[in-house]
Amino acid sequence: MIELDDLDRNLLIALRSDCTQAIGALARELGVSQPVAWRRVKRLYDLGVIKARRVHLDHEKLGFGVTVFLGIKLAAKGRVSLEDFERAVKAIPEVQIVEHVLGLYDYRLRVVARDISDFERILRRRVMTLPGVGDVEANVLLSEERRLGPLGQTDNVYTKVDRAIPLGAG
Amino acid sequence: MYMIKFMLDDLERRILRHLQIDPARSVAALAEAANTTSAVCARRLARMKQNGVILGQEAVIDWRVLGYEVEVSLRVSLDKTQTRAFDDFITAARLVPEVIEIQTFLGRVDVRLSVIARDMAHYQHLYRTRVLTLPHISDIETLMQVALIKSQEMLPI
Repeated sequence: MIELDDLDRNLLIALRSDCTQAIGALARELGVSQPVAWRRVKRLYDLGVIKARRVHLDHEKLGFGVTVFLGIKLAAKGRVSLEDFERAVKAIPEVQIVEHVLGLYDYRLRVVARDISDFERILRRRVMTLPGVGDVEANVLLSEERRLGPLGQTDNVYTKVDRAIPLGAG
Repeated sequence: MYMIKFMLDDLERRILRHLQIDPARSVAALAEAANTTSAVCARRLARMKQNGVILGQEAVIDWRVLGYEVEVSLRVSLDKTQTRAFDDFITAARLVPEVIEIQTFLGRVDVRLSVIARDMAHYQHLYRTRVLTLPHISDIETLMQVALIKSQEMLPI
């Protein structure tokens, strides 16, 4: 397991809100030299602590007004192959996240749509036609905030501002 | 409320598509993928940032690498006879460090929390001491993540 110190945590907090910022400015803000900051940031990427970058787009401005979470239960377990279901569900462009879960449902999906009727189209034509699909439950996302998680526990937090993403109801 | 939708042209659509696939690539590489010149690509990117279509770029943290092996979705129904149920619950949930996402919904589920833990023993401890003690819960369902099959928060532009 990887141990992080306060500098690592503060770098992560900063990069989590903007990973395109110049290392020089970031180093100055955190009171360390540029080579030190650069080495630490590289280490965070190399170790996979930062697994990806995500472009943050304004959904509303681009015409995507609705995000829906679906809980899906497979109809006949044992008779459908999970691989077939997963391959087909992954290929739906509006499906952003697919989680295999244990509990009331077998899969949890995050779906984006332009509006409710667009969502209905995706649900009927793409989701309900998936191999083995059984019960489907839909919940429309109203608001979402991503928290710092355990990073927020650091004593010497460089920014306490946690980003809330207001998605609005359209 | 009045929402301005931006009409993107084909080039901007291509740029956004490729940018979402690989946000780390240089403007030159992005321009090549979108079949344009670096100068044009840089100008379009600046325009889309200026009018707020592109809000920024964020690092995604892999909690497993940091030793958090367990991720659980807690789907909570609240006691709606309490007028402050949502506010009280969310305010209290924000104080739990292992909560990494808070979402509210229209549907059978009111609020969903994403909770991470180091292992099952840690999760059980959190569940008993930090989750069940949150205010105004009327029902709670647990979905434990077995595997993340797809995670590409891209818009199909």
